[in-house]
Amino acid sequence: MNYFENDLKSLHEGLVNKDFSAEELAKETFETIKKREEEIDAFITLDEERAMEKARAVDVKGIDEGNVLDGIPVGIKDNIVTKGLKTTAASKMLENFNPIYNATVMDKLDEKGMITVGKLNMDEFAMGSSTETSAFKKTKNAWDQTKVPGGSSGGSAAAVASGEVIAALGSDTGGSIRQPAAFNGIVGLKPTYGRVSRYGLIAFASSMDQIGPLTRSVYDNALMLNAISGHDFRDFTSSSKEVPDFTKGIDEGVKGMRIAVPKEYFAEGVDANVKQAVKDAIKKFEELGATVDEVSLPHTKYGVPVYYIIASSEASSNLQRFDGIRYGFRAEDVKNLEDVYVRSRSEGFGDEVKRRIMLGTFSLSAGTYDAFFKKAAQVRTLICRDYENVFENHDLILGPTAPTTAYGIGEKIDDPVTMYMNDILTIPVNLAGLPGMSLPAGFSDGLPIGMQLVAPRFREDTLYKAGFAFEQATDFHKAVPEIGGQN
Amino acid sequence: MNFETTIGLEVHIELKTNSKAYSPAPVEYGAEPNTNTNVIDWGYPGVLPQVNKGALEYGMRAALALNCEIRKDLHFDRKNYFYPDNPKAYQITQSDTPIAHDGWLEIELEDGTKKKIGIEEMHVEEDAGKNTHNPDGYSYVDLNRQGTPLIEIVSKPDIASPDEAYAYLTRLRQIIQFTGVSDVKMEEGSMRADVNISVRPIGSDKFGTKTEMKNLNSFEHVKKGLEYEAKRQARVLMSGGQVQQETRRFDVPTGTTILMRVKEGASDYRYFPEPDLPPIHISDEWIKEVKDSIPEMPDKRRERYVNEWGIPEYDAGVLTQTKEMSDFYEATVASGADAKLAANWLMGEVSAYLNANKVELQETALTPEHLATMIKLIEDETISSKIAKKVFKEIIQNDTEPKAWVEEKGMAQLSDPAKLQPIIDEVLDNNEQSIIDFKNGKDRAVGFLVGAIMKQTRGKANPKVVNKLLMASLAER
Amino acid sequence: MAITANEVKHVASLAKLEFTDEELQKFTGQMDEIINMVEQLGEVDTTDVPVTSTVTEEVNVMREDVAVKGTDRTLLMKNVPEEKDGLIKVPAIIDESEEG
Repeated sequence: MNYFENDLKSLHEGLVNKDFSAEELAKETFETIKKREEEIDAFITLDEERAMEKARAVDVKGIDEGNVLDGIPVGIKDNIVTKGLKTTAASKMLENFNPIYNATVMDKLDEKGMITVGKLNMDEFAMGSSTETSAFKKTKNAWDQTKVPGGSSGGSAAAVASGEVIAALGSDTGGSIRQPAAFNGIVGLKPTYGRVSRYGLIAFASSMDQIGPLTRSVYDNALMLNAISGHDFRDFTSSSKEVPDFTKGIDEGVKGMRIAVPKEYFAEGVDANVKQAVKDAIKKFEELGATVDEVSLPHTKYGVPVYYIIASSEASSNLQRFDGIRYGFRAEDVKNLEDVYVRSRSEGFGDEVKRRIMLGTFSLSAGTYDAFFKKAAQVRTLICRDYENVFENHDLILGPTAPTTAYGIGEKIDDPVTMYMNDILTIPVNLAGLPGMSLPAGFSDGLPIGMQLVAPRFREDTLYKAGFAFEQATDFHKAVPEIGGQN
Repeated sequence: MNFETTIGLEVHIELKTNSKAYSPAPVEYGAEPNTNTNVIDWGYPGVLPQVNKGALEYGMRAALALNCEIRKDLHFDRKNYFYPDNPKAYQITQSDTPIAHDGWLEIELEDGTKKKIGIEEMHVEEDAGKNTHNPDGYSYVDLNRQGTPLIEIVSKPDIASPDEAYAYLTRLRQIIQFTGVSDVKMEEGSMRADVNISVRPIGSDKFGTKTEMKNLNSFEHVKKGLEYEAKRQARVLMSGGQVQQETRRFDVPTGTTILMRVKEGASDYRYFPEPDLPPIHISDEWIKEVKDSIPEMPDKRRERYVNEWGIPEYDAGVLTQTKEMSDFYEATVASGADAKLAANWLMGEVSAYLNANKVELQETALTPEHLATMIKLIEDETISSKIAKKVFKEIIQNDTEPKAWVEEKGMAQLSDPAKLQPIIDEVLDNNEQSIIDFKNGKDRAVGFLVGAIMKQTRGKANPKVVNKLLMASLAER
Repeated sequence: MAITANEVKHVASLAKLEFTDEELQKFTGQMDEIINMVEQLGEVDTTDVPVTSTVTEEVNVMREDVAVKGTDRTLLMKNVPEEKDGLIKVPAIIDESEEG
């Protein structure tokens, strides 16, 4: 079987009808992965032995007909801790870290019978937008191996887009699911803050981090979100709201839906082809019966500085636990405690992580706190209010996911500010804790363009309905990249 | 030049909740290293804190007992610093919105005058683990204590002498102990004090430069350290010098304080709101609920002992010194003992026993029920006060029911006239001469006769009853 | 506001990081650029605007005070670089003055 020609439902049918066994599916998955990895480099660690064992166990037990995920292989971003399976966050700091507990989402996927095939590459500690800050490897864009896959969940996006797995989990703090999904022409959703438990997600910015699914179709994405959502007593910020079945009513269409298009999302810096693709999408939605208004989110341009202060501040504190004492990297030949700290951290962290730790530490320092952290947290309030105002009269916000399509590997890595500005369209969504989804909306020079939909808190159902309607009405999601001369 | 002293105290008290402040691991003193810990205590990657409602309620209880205002809306903050016993490299605390503020307690000075000492604020936070430094050039970390809930109580600059500081600590310990939220044991580290002190010429409107002493673990050390510091600072100023802002250590053998380090501005802890914990709203109902759960405080108890039970003021004070003693006393009275007799026993024999054997009340076998039973046996004259001492020794050492034991050992007094009269008659019959002596006004004869009766009853006769019956019988002869 | 290499050094010491002179120069330049970007926030009027430090809608989430047995120590020690007799071993602490 081929992940390009299947979705979760058809794979499930194949398993139920015994067209193939879970073991065969897993085996073929690993064969495909090994072949494509030569070009893609999406995985940091493969867990073949245990995965095969688990697949056989699923076969012995028999496929649960009511559980569409039973026996399906899945890839996991390497900042989600997996018991007994090396979890590195793509950092030298955790190169040999073997977690003794599972993230809540892993328990949930296990319960659903999903089979973890391995851990996916990412920007170190999820800090980056191109997966180039990984300490271990450079993952390539599924559509053009000279381009970045986006980030930080670049491994997750590239693995799904190149057909290595049908679904993957990523994490999104400022666009880290949506932007790589856009760069790789797939569907990526960042849930509402609190929808999915963060327990076991190696923290970057605690007030914004969310785990979410990357898939090739909207429907598959909804199925995955069904599996990982829900209140968790181990994450006190997780929502106690009941979780609906996100596939229910997904085909209801967009008739009467009120879509807002912020003029700030088409500002300077957004590529003309990207603008055009999104404008075409707007037209499509109108044809499908939605109303579209131009609106304003006046504080959009402050999103990037606000984000970089708050996320880096939280990160500087979250990453202090990596001190070389209880786990993780400890520098050689350390003479005293100060050595253990300074040398382990200086040698264990990469440049981008250090940059953010430095910015965060600076922003929280006694003399700068008010002008930096506090100011940013106030402007964050204004950004949240912008959204509230728009959502008073609208069901959805639509815009591009990223200003451009995927850029070349090595092109921006030494220019942090330009790199950061690239996240301008995704970042405000995290600041406000809203759900956002990127889905394929066209191509520019053979590279996918992503469109972003944003809904009010806990209205992922609206995102899926609109996304599903758009997907049914377009062919972008059917396009398949050429990898290794085949597609 | 004369100086006045200003002292500030920051007291950390460990709360004896079942579980830790932000993780469900057990709170227990003296366990094997690193056995009462989990991934949260270790600050494993990906873990998140889970606030313990019990810790907040214990904190509120302590705050209310200290007459504090409870804050309605609060959030947690992170205090960032690296140390091996601090696994996350931040402590979750409440720097911005401490749970309580503006309280007070009243101290009583040697001369009997009373003084209110203000409490600036109180917050709930977490304790760190323990580092042990070895001569081998390594430190060893035990995280059992990591995450134990703590309250920090910060005094207002109302304390004007080392004696007042001592009285404040004593009073604070007493109040906290009565709330039941902590064992407040300095020796186990469940109560620790950081002190700061400054002196200034009398009349000066500006506080002097402070020096600090941290983690003092006995009230005596606090007092001696402060006494030394006050003198030292005064000496420095008298000689025209300047007090430096510094941290000093109390050196027990010499009774002096020694410079540890000079403070170069405040440490930069980079506080910011803890994003992993949602805010807490404390409703009036919740405050009331906690208020209602606070056991009666020592002052109230003292008042009640004096007014309702007729106990002298001093005795009532002693009985309410510790919660154990006070609870024990009340339970003894509740079991039917006379309040005054119970007080006498506890302050007399019981205290003497505890002092002589250097034990705590709860470490003995004595129960309020047994003490009450024994007191009733004395009251109804079943046992003499001499026998009572034997009974007491038995019930405080072994878990023995006194009534049954007295019966079993045949220690009950002979008080029944019907049984005593024949013995008295027999003794009188055999001692004609004594009767004559008595009639002739020789009182000594009575003593002789009582002695003979006692001998006959092997000492068990109730002397009072014997006396009464004997006098009546003599009158008839 | 421009940040100096010395300020960067001070921040690094708070963060327990060290840089070579060359790195320091590069970081100072980049930090400076980032700080310039951040400074445009100065133009936003935030008078009386409250801070947003969390976007969770939850409030009063608390755990009942029930203890759960600690995690197996051998398991916890699995990732420890150095241990001895159930304790985590760390090279000597030179500066005694830090406190909790």
